[in-house]
This record gives sequence, structure tokens and C-alpha cells, in this order.
Amino acid sequence: MHRRTMLTGLGLATLGGPMARAATDRSLWLSPMLPDGTRAEAKLARLPGKQPLIQLTDRPPNYEALIQSFRTPITPNDEFFVRYHLAAIPDMAGLNKWSLSVGGDAAEHSLHFASVDELRKGFPEHEVTAVCQCSGNRRGLSDPHVAGVEWGYGAMGNAVWRGVRLKDVLEKAGVKSNAVEVWIHGMDGPVLPTTPAFHKSLPMAKAMADEVLIAYAMNGQPLPHYNGYPVRLVVPGWTATYWMKHLSSIEISSKPQPSFWMATAYRVPAGMFGVDLPFLSQNDAKSWPITEMVVNSVIADPLDGAHVPQAGFTVHGVAWDRGHGVKQVEVSTDDGKTWKPAQLGEDHGPFAFRGFSLATGKLPPGPCKVSARATSNAGETQADKLKWNPAGYHNNVPQTVTVTVA
Amino acid sequence: MLRSMILGTLLLATPALAQQTPNWMKPGPGQETTATTCGVCHSPEYIRMNSAFLTPDQWKAEVTKMQKVFGAPMDDGTAKEIAEYLGKNYAK
Repeated sequence: MHRRTMLTGLGLATLGGPMARAATDRSLWLSPMLPDGTRAEAKLARLPGKQPLIQLTDRPPNYEALIQSFRTPITPNDEFFVRYHLAAIPDMAGLNKWSLSVGGDAAEHSLHFASVDELRKGFPEHEVTAVCQCSGNRRGLSDPHVAGVEWGYGAMGNAVWRGVRLKDVLEKAGVKSNAVEVWIHGMDGPVLPTTPAFHKSLPMAKAMADEVLIAYAMNGQPLPHYNGYPVRLVVPGWTATYWMKHLSSIEISSKPQPSFWMATAYRVPAGMFGVDLPFLSQNDAKSWPITEMVVNSVIADPLDGAHVPQAGFTVHGVAWDRGHGVKQVEVSTDDGKTWKPAQLGEDHGPFAFRGFSLATGKLPPGPCKVSARATSNAGETQADKLKWNPAGYHNNVPQTVTVTVA
Repeated sequence: MLRSMILGTLLLATPALAQQTPNWMKPGPGQETTATTCGVCHSPEYIRMNSAFLTPDQWKAEVTKMQKVFGAPMDDGTAKEIAEYLGKNYAK
């Protein structure tokens, strides 16, 4: 807490160390695996309060982080990706009228919080460092391509989130024995009343997990406007579709949430990806809701196409999984033929990015294909081959970065 | 005339949000209908971003989804015009 405040207090002028490198290289790199139209469309553009990010669409705003942002395990707020489905997003004045209602047919009582302070003072504060990754991150790399927002590598970030436990709030409202799900909703919405509003839900077991927070701070600062100001749900281990931004309503429900965004969208073929905690009230014979992330890693340095010296260079990146923590990252500099264990960085907890680095040593001149592959404490390793699915989810095939040794 | 009536209706419905036809959009029948109708809820960038890998039938399914599931304000004739424009200009 103290250290973070100090870092913030230093300001932009005196930033040093690894952040200086990230800040100086803000060039746009797009994967050649993206659709041609996406490569034509994507450009660097700036939202208020943000560094230039990769704009895929501006209304609703969908902006991904540069791959260079993953040279550090904590993603700065102004480099954090932005993702909305629906374009009616309140401005800051509207969001400052925030309040939160808690109730539902399986709640003993209703609660109402008229301000962030009221929420914060009502419960013990907690912090968790956790990866927020869009379900569709890397969709644009699906082969064959699938329709949707064609993300590359940057629809994710890792931050220190501070807030109160969802569990504590639910217990204060009183959870009846027939409770099945917690329904969540935020202040943003569709342009037209005929469009399905973004209603989501969590199973009780996840909603009551200690790590799930109603968060009002991100890396020691208020949440940025487009990352859910003033309050969002933080659901460590699960993809960002559950991390409701501008969280305004929580209902403890005896029934499954029937919205389009649960019943039809955000689903994976049944059984294709293993989970620890099944979302039984939303599973059907053919498909399950996407929930827990898969083990994965990204190389943030060097960039594809870079020229590197024969004396060698250092590979930097981050790895993560669904909450077991990263056990090991291996790096290959010969197109996946041989692998060497990378050095792991500071452990920020099982839900966080884990930095890794590997000094390659001397290399022969010519093209060099660099890959990284992470293994979790659950023994899961990144897939050798894409598990293609219709929505383009959970692509954890090791990335290949081609550099020229000269 | 018809086009400006449609545009006028959309402008009345959502005065701040109706968009100009972006200069990258391929010209041809249905271009302006596509820009203005789709542009009520989202920028037309979604079209180019999703190109060119869908078949004309897949574009038609996308337009039907927008009409039936997302409640886009278009009749069947408008949906057909948009699907044909997308199928001709942004399909594989």
C-alpha cells in the first residue's frame, strides 16, 4: 500500500527501471495472423486518461494494450485494455451518481449503498492481484477466423484490486437456502431498448469465494472511467465477462440468469476445457459458459521482426493461469525443438501475471523463432494445437516471435 | 429520397449517434443504408474488422442476428439490402 502510493507519487517525469522502457516504446505491432480487415482497421488512438492503445472499434470502445505493456507484471491503469459490448456508457458525471442495490428473491434483506464510501466503510477491505482477461483475447488469431471483436494479444491486464468481498456483502443481505446464482448488472447499457442488456451471473460457490471483490481501487487509484469507474466486480481466475463494470445491482437469485449474455453468448463446447468449479445452473448438454482461464503466456520483448545481436538477448514476458499459479515457463529459441526453463519473477499470488525472463546466450546468425510455454501448479501446459471453438475462446497455443540474429 | 427519409428517421430516433458514411467503406448499392442502420448502435468499423473471412451466408446470418436478437431497427427489406452489400463487398 505504502509502496504503491509512493510509486504513484513519483509521477511521470521520474519513472525509472522497467517502466521507462515500456513507456518509451509505444510502436504499434499487429500479428500477421489477424484478419486483413482488422490489420487495416486497427490503429493507435487515445481515450481520455489513457495512453494510446490499439483501437479496434471506437463505438462502443474496444481498445487493446500494446504487447509491450506485458514487459512488467503489473499493467499500468492508463495502458489497461477497454472492452464494451454496448455503446450507452455514462459519462463521469453520470457515474458519480453511482449507487448499488443488493437484493433478489433469495436474499433475506435488501441493501442499498448510496456512495463508494458507504460501501467501503461497511466491510473489511481486501486486496487481490489478478489478471483481467477478455474471454475473446486472441480471437483474431483463430484459424479459421470467427466473427467478433478481432483481438490480438492485448485484451488483458493485471492489477492490484482493492475493495470489499462480495461474500461479505451477500452475507449481510442474507443468503437463503434456495439461492442458485448471483445476478449482476452495471450502469452501461444498449443504445436501443430492444437490445439485450448486459446481465450476467455467478454460481453461488464462486460468488462466495474469498478472492471475489467489489473493487473501487486499481493499482492504488480510482478505477479509470472505461475500466468500470467507480466500482467493478473482480472475479480472479475467471474471464473478464464476469468482472461487471460500473456495478450497480446484485441479486441473489433462486433461478439461472436467462439473459442472452449467459444463455447464448460466452459459451464453449461442453467439456472442451476443464474447470475446477462447474457452473451447473448454466451448463447444458452441448455447451458450458466460459469461466476459468487456461494457462498461457505472452512474450513482450523482443517484438516480432526485431534485430538482435549474436551475443544474445533476453526474452521477457508474463504467464498466468486460472488460479493455481505458474509453476514453470520454458523458452525455445529453435522453433520449439528444445526448451530451457526461464527465470520466474516476483510471485504476486496465484491469480496474477508471473513475469519470466531468459537470457538466450550466443546465437547463430539468421532467423530465430522464439516461443514460450507455461505450466501451472495444476500440471496444465499450454496447448500444442489450437482447440478451435466457434467463439474463438481460450487460445493458448505458444506464440512464435521471429527475430533476426545479426 | 427514400434514403434521406430513413436517415431522417434514424436521426430523430438517435440524434447524437447517427454516423456519416466512413470514407473507407466500399461504394455500391446498400452502402449508405449499411452505414446508417448499423451505425445506430456501433461504428461501421465492425464490418471491416470482420473481413474478409465470412461467406455471404455468414454475413446474412450476422445481419439476421442483429435484427432478431439485438433488436436493430430494420425491416426485412433493409436487412436484405445490408446483407447483400456485406456479402458482395466484405465476404471471402
